[in-house]
Amino acid sequence: MPRILEVTDLSTHFTTPEGEVRAVDRVSFHVDEGQTLGLVGESGCGKSVLALSLLRLVPPPGRIVSGRIVYKGGDLMALPERGIRRVRGREIALIFQEPSTALNPVFTVGYQIAEGLIVHKMMKKKEALREAARLMEVVRIPDPGRRVRDYPHQMSGGMRQRVMIAMALACRPSLLVADEPTTALDVTIQAEILDLLRNLKRDFRLSLILISHNLGVIAETADRIAVMYAGRIVEEAGTNDLFARPKHPYTAGLIRSIPRLGDAGPEGGDRKKRLAAIEGTVPDLLRLPPGCAFQPRCPDVMRECREHVPGLRPLGDSSDTVACFKHHDPEGRPR
Amino acid sequence: MSATGAGRPLLEVTDLKKYFPIRRGVFSRISGWVRAVDGVSLRIAPGETLALVGESGSGKTTTGRCILRLLEPTSGRVVFDGTDLLSLPARAMRRMRRQIQVVFQDPYGSLNPRMRVGTIVREPFDIHRIGANRRERDEMVAALLRRVGLDPGMRDRYPHEFSGGQRQRIGVARALALRPRLIVADEPVSSLDVSVQAQVINLFIDLQEEFRIAYLFIAHDLAVVERIADRVAVMYLGQIVEVAARGEIFRNPLHPYTRALLQAIPIPDPARARERQVLRGDPPSPAQPPPGCRFHTRCPSAVEACPRIEPPLLEVTPGHWVACHLHPGPEVGR
Repeated sequence: MPRILEVTDLSTHFTTPEGEVRAVDRVSFHVDEGQTLGLVGESGCGKSVLALSLLRLVPPPGRIVSGRIVYKGGDLMALPERGIRRVRGREIALIFQEPSTALNPVFTVGYQIAEGLIVHKMMKKKEALREAARLMEVVRIPDPGRRVRDYPHQMSGGMRQRVMIAMALACRPSLLVADEPTTALDVTIQAEILDLLRNLKRDFRLSLILISHNLGVIAETADRIAVMYAGRIVEEAGTNDLFARPKHPYTAGLIRSIPRLGDAGPEGGDRKKRLAAIEGTVPDLLRLPPGCAFQPRCPDVMRECREHVPGLRPLGDSSDTVACFKHHDPEGRPR
Repeated sequence: MSATGAGRPLLEVTDLKKYFPIRRGVFSRISGWVRAVDGVSLRIAPGETLALVGESGSGKTTTGRCILRLLEPTSGRVVFDGTDLLSLPARAMRRMRRQIQVVFQDPYGSLNPRMRVGTIVREPFDIHRIGANRRERDEMVAALLRRVGLDPGMRDRYPHEFSGGQRQRIGVARALALRPRLIVADEPVSSLDVSVQAQVINLFIDLQEEFRIAYLFIAHDLAVVERIADRVAVMYLGQIVEVAARGEIFRNPLHPYTRALLQAIPIPDPARARERQVLRGDPPSPAQPPPGCRFHTRCPSAVEACPRIEPPLLEVTPGHWVACHLHPGPEVGR
């Protein structure tokens, strides 16, 4: 399958008074055309900075220090500012977590959807507004003809997120990057939005990068999954494989630690079933432990884990990768 | 309503209502009411966990705050261990608070940033004059911190030096200090990272076993609730629509809203794909709840009676209560 995006050794650092924060540290992954890559990780693991880095939108004091972002065969890092602006929205569109802060409160939602069409596609305002109403229908906003004139505060969180999706779709991008698109929403609304994203992906032939901390959301939406921890990807594999046979101890611990329905054991007088938690806490990026960042919490830690940082290496002849000395030695030879 | 079986309940809430005024215009005239909690009744037995679940705007947090009297309810009764809390004068209520404690959702906002954690956890002892002297209190603080999995050596640090999970442990230690019989926990794990959330859930489970505390566990995540609850009450727009024992509600949910809520949860297991009925539309505003059954506007199985008549909460099988016209009581129409 052709690759729509291939990221190699991407690093984004933030210079702070306390030191250099490696928010994204030598990250490599790819997205195949028409596929959904799920990017999962806990808060502070760098997944949102990674999303912004893909479009070179990292705010200072952050900056991309190295790496290649090859989109449809061309390196986005090599483009001048004008060139990357043409990619944003038209080729790669972003959806953020907080629809209430990402929308401008003083413009109607219809105008905000139409704006991209007026700027990028040189549409007349009237024509663009008509297209906006059509897009609102596509994202299943009821009564779009009337609601194009609504202001964001007149809409619920779920409706605002649909507006964000309509804005993202306006210029017919090929790749959609959705950063925690349902995290601020209730579960029943989340289910609707995920259902919508799946359908849009098919109808608009989109490729999707879905970023979430919620393994359930990722499991139901992604074809492949990349797991991030402390700024790095620690494992990447197909969704079924990753859940059935997680290779990295962090992935395995994460999967074990989530409560699932129907897993709580019998009720009655017996003990409530405890969860298999990962001990310890997510490390501070300014004070990373030596060696592997997960090593202080890892149940399988070995001597070399404290001395060397494991690189992301392929597993056998598959395209799956893992960064763990259980699977390869410090020289990169498989174990 | 008695879903807890025999014995006197520790907490009994009857027909609790909390209406917030909507004010408009320069004279702030009251133009309407938000019926945040609209006739909630529930019971909790000693040592039991009742989970109160629902989405934003369902009134679950307001219910918890009214029980704690952090908000004054509009009407209703809240009886704790035989005492009507709503008729207690402020001083007597303060004494009662030794037995009813609270853990909030946000471990960042609920701890005073200028106090050392040792002082935060010692404060309940100071206020209620427990322990002979400062040294004894400090020893009690150290024991508490150890119990919730924190190093007592960290007692001189400030809240910002702790992670979210550690802060929630501090909040739990403080709530635990006076050996309460009931803890109202309002979304205590929902702001925590997955790997840390499991640690804090385990802590709640262990502490209940050790101290026989009852929990009113307010949450929106049903998978978390299934771990910790003995019984589950589901709220929608200010009312309880279904109550049942944990196993019963997960195995045999009767209210269409409960079913939709359960089906909406994404399953972190690609091998277990399943059918899902996606609800259409947003929950209506609690300022203008729909007539009849409040869920009828989104209900996939609404019948003719639903928009007209409000269904009462009825016990359909022992311990299983549901407010739905499709389940009109024991043995009838089933």
